[in-house]
Amino acid sequence: MTLTKERRIPNEPVLAEDFSLMGHEAIWKVMLRKFMKNKLAVIGAVLLFVIIGAAIFAPWLAPKDPSQQVLLDKLAPPGKDYPLGADNLGRDTLSRLLYGARISLLVGFASVAGSIFIGTVIGAIAGYFGGMLDAVLMRVVDAIISFPSLFLLITLVTIFEPSIFTLIGIFAVFGWTGTARLVRGEFLSLRKSEFVLAARTLGISNTRIIFSHILPNALGPIIVSATLGVGGVILAEAGLSYLGLGIQPPTPSWGNMLQSAQNPQIMLGAWWYPLFPGFMILLTVLAFNFVGDGLRDAFDPKIDD
Amino acid sequence: MSPAKRLLPQQEKVGGENRGNLLDVQHLKMHFPIRTGILQRTTGSVKAVDDVSFTVKKGETLGIVGESGCGKSTLGRSLIRLYEPTGGKILFGGTDVTTLKERELGLVLRRNMQMVFQDPNASLNPRKSLGSILMEPLRVHGIMSNKEDRMDHIAEILQTVGLHPAVINNYPHEFSGGQRQRIGIARALILNPELIIADEAVSALDVSIQAQIVNLLEDLQKRFELTYIFISHDLSVVRHISDRVGVMYLGKLMELSDKESLYEEPLHPYTQSLLSAVPVIRKKGSIKRERIILEGDLPSPADPPEGCVFHTRCPYAMPQCKSEAPLFREAAPGRHVACHLFN
Repeated sequence: MTLTKERRIPNEPVLAEDFSLMGHEAIWKVMLRKFMKNKLAVIGAVLLFVIIGAAIFAPWLAPKDPSQQVLLDKLAPPGKDYPLGADNLGRDTLSRLLYGARISLLVGFASVAGSIFIGTVIGAIAGYFGGMLDAVLMRVVDAIISFPSLFLLITLVTIFEPSIFTLIGIFAVFGWTGTARLVRGEFLSLRKSEFVLAARTLGISNTRIIFSHILPNALGPIIVSATLGVGGVILAEAGLSYLGLGIQPPTPSWGNMLQSAQNPQIMLGAWWYPLFPGFMILLTVLAFNFVGDGLRDAFDPKIDD
Repeated sequence: MSPAKRLLPQQEKVGGENRGNLLDVQHLKMHFPIRTGILQRTTGSVKAVDDVSFTVKKGETLGIVGESGCGKSTLGRSLIRLYEPTGGKILFGGTDVTTLKERELGLVLRRNMQMVFQDPNASLNPRKSLGSILMEPLRVHGIMSNKEDRMDHIAEILQTVGLHPAVINNYPHEFSGGQRQRIGIARALILNPELIIADEAVSALDVSIQAQIVNLLEDLQKRFELTYIFISHDLSVVRHISDRVGVMYLGKLMELSDKESLYEEPLHPYTQSLLSAVPVIRKKGSIKRERIILEGDLPSPADPPEGCVFHTRCPYAMPQCKSEAPLFREAAPGRHVACHLFN
């Protein structure tokens, strides 16, 4: 049966001609355009691209074996043999930086992936169902946040053997609270929105509503907080490693490369040794923050492009 | 095409073939607890809907009017079980749906009662295309087995509400307000329901678009034998579309009559004052209609007045009104009113 011929529906219908005039631009294209307008974010993205590329291709890019010690060349200044100098055991700083990038970025990304996952699930449940469940979960969050984080990290690292995986685990298990609060807030406001009510009247299950209706609308803030989180974890890992509680030598990480530079003689006498790892940490964290800010603008529908 | 022909004929209809009461609401109460303090103790409640009873016949349109905050939207949402009613019964096609668990609601309520929402910007998921908005209910309820049939059905529904099927991949923000409301109606129709609750469905639209949507709703009603509960604060639109009209005040139904008698000869003092607020175009020389202006403010639904809830503002209030709540009873054939003046 053809329906339209029988009854002319009063107007403002979308006809085929109108349709060709209707703008149809995918959401991600709009976002990309907004992101590209933020110069710092673009610079940050390019930097991250280069750093991640360097980390992935470290074995091909590194001029030397990062653990090879040439004691005669210890603290060699930057030059022909050692582009960025050598450390106090005569290891090539450039090679160690490249391999260290792998460790620092791996810890950053894996920890944040874990904490975002935990935080999103807990925040979504708390925000969507509310009530007693919400109250209990949020008090757990308060309890975790109220621990002094550095002290907690040091205690846990001393209990568990410090390795890449324990570090990732600890950062993930204690880093989700911010995300949980953020996601809960988004869910609290979205669960009352009319499109969610409509989904409920259509008999769509809570699980589907949470993951397929609300979560995509809360994705923007989650991605932004993840991006900023990676920078934070890299910084925290560097801090722990600097104190000797993070990644253990001889595995290089940007943090533990700084550790042996604590000696004031080295600091003053061989400035190149602490400078480069410190600079890489700074650059990477800055790049993540710039990209995070850019994404925030791109996801914010209130900011017009 | 006979008007009875539906898009999804295989579905069993809850109302059956008789033109009796599709919906029978008995003493429905929806109280929201007010929680205060760290312990979230309940210190009171907002009586958004308080002891409301009415019936809706199959195929008719029941209008519900009232001021903002009178509980009309809450009434609609409790009927469709977006809220858990505090008390009372909702009989839908003879089945008591008040106590059914969400899982059991599926066939009875979710497929047969739908809602059109107020805000066309907020009622469509901005991250879903038109196609997936309409496809999901079909998949969830396992209607039709393959994608092609479902796509055909969606295309048909889109044409029915006046949208070209080619727009199926577009996102809500690419449509105008009126078009979005058509999408909202298409979504309400997709499961082929019997009863549609339109909660301020045209209030957010321009006047010209309002007329189109109201006409569309009327067309659809004739074609699919739909039953409507039309909730609005707009007395003129309600008058246009309804067969019977209920007037709410502070969570209670004050008066429920057929449209003609309610608008021509309102019984309840509240209805009289409400109707006198509608501007009319007067012929030269005709008698100026008296405007009844109510004294005082709308009392808080958390602390409604004793006795008749309207007595604080009623020009005809009697001593009895302060102590005794009037019953909602039939004052004349087909005309129900809750007022001591009509005992």
